[in-house]
Amino acid sequence: MNKRIYLDHSATTKVKPEVLEEMLPVYTEYYGNPSSIYSFGREAKKLVDQARMRVAKALGALPEEIFFTAGGSESDNWVLKGVSYANKNRGNHIITTSIEHHAVLHTCEQLEKEGFEVTYLPVDNYGMIRIEDLKAAITDKTILISIMYANNEIGTIQPIEEIGKIAKERNIYFHTDAVQAIGNVKIDVKAQNIDMLSLSAHKFYGPKGVGALYIRKGTKIANLITGGGQERGRRAGTENVPGIVGLGKAIELATENIDSYNEKLLKLRTKLINGVMEKIPYTRLNGHPEKRLPGNANFCFEYIEGESLLLNLDMKGIAASSGSACTSGSLDPSHVLLAIGLPHEIAHGSLRLTLGDENTEEDVDYVLEVLPEIVQRLRDMSPLYEKVKGGK
Amino acid sequence: MKDRVIIGMSGGVDSSVAAYLLKKQGYEVIGITMKLRSNDDFEQDSGRDSCCSLSSVDDARRVCDKLNIPFYVINFTEIFEEKVVNYFINEYFAGRTPNPCIACNKYLKFDALLKKADALEAKYVATGHYARIIHEKKLNRYLIKKSATATKDQTYVLYNLSQSQLERILMPLGDYTKEETRKIADELDLDVANKPDSQEICFIEDNDYGKFLENKRGDKIKPGKFVDTKGNVLGTHRGIVHYTIGQRKGLGIALGKPMYVVDIIPEKNLVILGEEDEVFKNELLATAANFLPFDTLQHPMRAKAKIRYSAKESSAWAIPTGDNRFKLIFDEPQRAITPGQAVVLYQDDYLIGGGVIVK
Repeated sequence: MNKRIYLDHSATTKVKPEVLEEMLPVYTEYYGNPSSIYSFGREAKKLVDQARMRVAKALGALPEEIFFTAGGSESDNWVLKGVSYANKNRGNHIITTSIEHHAVLHTCEQLEKEGFEVTYLPVDNYGMIRIEDLKAAITDKTILISIMYANNEIGTIQPIEEIGKIAKERNIYFHTDAVQAIGNVKIDVKAQNIDMLSLSAHKFYGPKGVGALYIRKGTKIANLITGGGQERGRRAGTENVPGIVGLGKAIELATENIDSYNEKLLKLRTKLINGVMEKIPYTRLNGHPEKRLPGNANFCFEYIEGESLLLNLDMKGIAASSGSACTSGSLDPSHVLLAIGLPHEIAHGSLRLTLGDENTEEDVDYVLEVLPEIVQRLRDMSPLYEKVKGGK
Repeated sequence: MKDRVIIGMSGGVDSSVAAYLLKKQGYEVIGITMKLRSNDDFEQDSGRDSCCSLSSVDDARRVCDKLNIPFYVINFTEIFEEKVVNYFINEYFAGRTPNPCIACNKYLKFDALLKKADALEAKYVATGHYARIIHEKKLNRYLIKKSATATKDQTYVLYNLSQSQLERILMPLGDYTKEETRKIADELDLDVANKPDSQEICFIEDNDYGKFLENKRGDKIKPGKFVDTKGNVLGTHRGIVHYTIGQRKGLGIALGKPMYVVDIIPEKNLVILGEEDEVFKNELLATAANFLPFDTLQHPMRAKAKIRYSAKESSAWAIPTGDNRFKLIFDEPQRAITPGQAVVLYQDDYLIGGGVIVK
């Protein structure tokens, strides 16, 4: 393979050298079990605590409010199940949105089978919830509002502060899945009235398989993983110390550099979006024009299938994505694009390009050179497009 | 530049070895697993290893990794539902017995996948079928010849391919026997070398098509009458979809002598039973004819005909009756000529063509 350009930073990111540098000695030198009393254990414990402080600082939380997990999906599962089970006596109603990650949606479906009631808030054409819908959905039985900070597919950023305010007024727990948001938007859980927040290290240049859940002190939540007394008895299992160390360093870097990172990505994104929209007719930009993640561009190209497009891009060395990939590796029309009102056949023709740290203007130039050709070639095969060109 | 080929990979030994052979022949090979069922049907681990289960996808992926060729899973669930599953269901409700594999070849492997080949700028689509495609210069047509292994010959399911499809299809296993294929897989140390052949209909669990139809359209299945060929009522049946021509077992009534399904009349919701000799017929009418050496059958022709995948070949006259139909008159009566099944004609090793049995 010749040229390779990675444009799928919402799927995962490359571990930064500074992050890896802190992680490596943990495997070979500081390999003690943090629960052990001797020096090896104490060293490891110290590293975990240091990482916890870094995460707390990045979120405006207290260290004792940070719990390490195996990633975003575990954190989401923990919140939904843990809050539901622990607050059964108060109510059985959960409010979420129709564009959440499957870690939330599928867990909600499971809870529905167990007798909980879930309201899935609709979104507008940009993928934003309406505050009045949220207000109207709240009942005496509502125990949890779980709304993602920023969408993984279309990048739309929700009005988190407003939601937090409403949740606080109505005395309902508010959780946000901030897996895509960390390092891209400034977060202060106290100022924004967030009670729980999920994050995952590999989305911000940290390692895979490690994440965290912020749980505001005093929140009633049942444990998900039971066993030993790690994480203040809330999450059993020997700590993934190298991963946790990597997460701590990665979140520190991500929040320190947030302004310059945003500036860089915005510049590239503007070039990319404008270029695509100018060069390729019958294209729509999905998501909000401004209230979106700085690296996210999501398009629908009418008259073609996203799948063929992605495969062709892959053959040209461009790593991109369409709807969320399923276990088999094949693509289904995205539930997010269907939720923002795109018809099924158009939702099939989507392309998500998510920019990141190592991307350059040349990368964008290459995409703007290759993509229009591929789209045109695929459209030339479409009988529907023939009709459009014929003016029928 | 090398010609690009996409090969449909089921995760089984045949398509795996076919991919290897193509690569060896110098093609640029891309492995594709066609995802045919929706996630709900697909991700349940029923312990089966049908051709589109998740473990089969993993097998195909491993084989491609080993051969160092790109691998993609492509979603064909909607078209499969429409062209294969719905056809399968509708045929039973029309009193016929469908062959979903033929429909899958026609609409999925050699149509939808060919379109994917265009999208991926591939010249050919390849499969692991045991059949030989040859270009006959004198006729300037593509013909299909039986494979080297008579027992594994799969030409039956290929009778309805068009010339424009055949031009772009490669079947590298045509010259190999199953044993040779397994041996190659073994030598390559492919994990799939000893995987058993799939026999069942891939979208039906436990081969229980009755249960499948009950689940899908149970409300449309209505009990009706068993009658004999003279119109005498013999009992009550569970709905015509549960019966097929020639069936004796599972009728659910005792008649004192062996009785067989000899006809199904959907408009009247009747299942006609008869004695063994009434299951045999001398002729059939076929529609949707397709021929390989020529476009249409002009004159009566001698051929050997197979009335189902597992049937023996029988000598017959094929007589054109217009409208893309033909009549077959067999030298010997045939057991259980079944509407909806394909009848396929051969001359020596050559597949001549075929059609769908009307009656």
